[in-house]
Amino acid sequence: MRFFEKVAVLILVLIAVGFPRSAAGHGFAGARFFPATLSTDDPFVNDELSLPTVSTIKTEEGRETAIAVDVAKRITPNLGIELGEEFTVLNPKDEHQTSGFGNLELSAKYQFLTNAEHEAILSFGAEVEIGGTGQQRVEADSFSTWTPAFFFGKGLGDLPGTLSLLRPAAVTGLVGLAIPSSASTRTTDGEIEQNPNVLQYGFALEYSLIYLQEQVKDVGLSAPFDRLIPLVEFSFETPLNRGESGQTTGTINPGVIWSSKYIQFGVEAIVPINKRSGESVGVIGQVHFYLDDLFPRSLGRPLFGYR
Amino acid sequence: MQKQLLPFVIAILGVIAAAVRVEAHAFLVRAEPRVGSKISKAPTEVRVWFSEAVQANTSSIKVFDVTGKQVDKKDTHSDRANPAVLCVSLIAALPAGSYKVVWRVTSSDTHVTDGNFHFQIVP
Repeated sequence: MRFFEKVAVLILVLIAVGFPRSAAGHGFAGARFFPATLSTDDPFVNDELSLPTVSTIKTEEGRETAIAVDVAKRITPNLGIELGEEFTVLNPKDEHQTSGFGNLELSAKYQFLTNAEHEAILSFGAEVEIGGTGQQRVEADSFSTWTPAFFFGKGLGDLPGTLSLLRPAAVTGLVGLAIPSSASTRTTDGEIEQNPNVLQYGFALEYSLIYLQEQVKDVGLSAPFDRLIPLVEFSFETPLNRGESGQTTGTINPGVIWSSKYIQFGVEAIVPINKRSGESVGVIGQVHFYLDDLFPRSLGRPLFGYR
Repeated sequence: MQKQLLPFVIAILGVIAAAVRVEAHAFLVRAEPRVGSKISKAPTEVRVWFSEAVQANTSSIKVFDVTGKQVDKKDTHSDRANPAVLCVSLIAALPAGSYKVVWRVTSSDTHVTDGNFHFQIVP
């Protein structure tokens, strides 16, 4: 059974069986609802499923299209794990199309601070991309990469009344260091490839029309506009050593998220910051399920510690 | 490739099909007085419409004046005709000024949400 078939079966089995118990909020800090962002990892721990996240962009090597799935599960109200996989389609210039699965990604995150009054969330976590679990034809690494990271989220709801129209704004972001388990590897054509440590950092600026309408001023927005969150995400990577230091790549992704009770849809343009990052504007779209709202008495609750 | 993507579609449909509940976090839909509004006549109650039915016994609406004094009658109750509406009575003849409404509700699936907004009574 292929990986995605296993994931699909696992999801359906968990849904069917469930494990009755009870859940806390997800993506909330006081009055602030933080949506799941598309390009930068969000700071909160919750039960969620991104299925699918689809992106496409033209790079120096050719067009790259990815279809990804991520499922996150709370172990305790503040500790969660996440499993991710990606199916990649490569259309190299002057070569045949190839496709395959990337490496499996596993991560854990601990949300150690939630401040309702100041709409703040802090968390830390680590991700491991498990080398050798993906297919070489789509350039899945043969080595693993560990990425410890720090995450933050802050809503501006505590601004004074004179700045009330800024209160719907919020920022989330992360800083992490990707550390490959192998400093260099030999490619299929015999070349030695250096694998530098890479600083990963990014943030998302959001302006929640939900917050505007509910907490600041009822401006008379009706569906679907009253559930929109326009945002811009900034996602960067800077190698730190092994001959590639300072060669930053990244994208700036303006877009919008529409959030309903159980599901959110997001779409963003992917604007490369330089030629190393891409040759033209790409696009990313995501369907994201709030499992804690969909299955509040079973799958959407922490396994332990729910009150 | 189409065969490889089939499990994606199956999983998406599975999630949607299994999501038979009609419960979720309760969000504010609208309020009376309206969020951020200026009104000339002092209201006798604050009424909030939520996106879900809420548990009145574990939910509250509190109203404060600019000095922080609570000016509601501490009688948060749901609307008999609509369990998604929560009301609280206000003390008689509120003077002109700015008021802060602080709400905290538990939806029927036990999710807790909270928020606040202001309204003003102008002379």
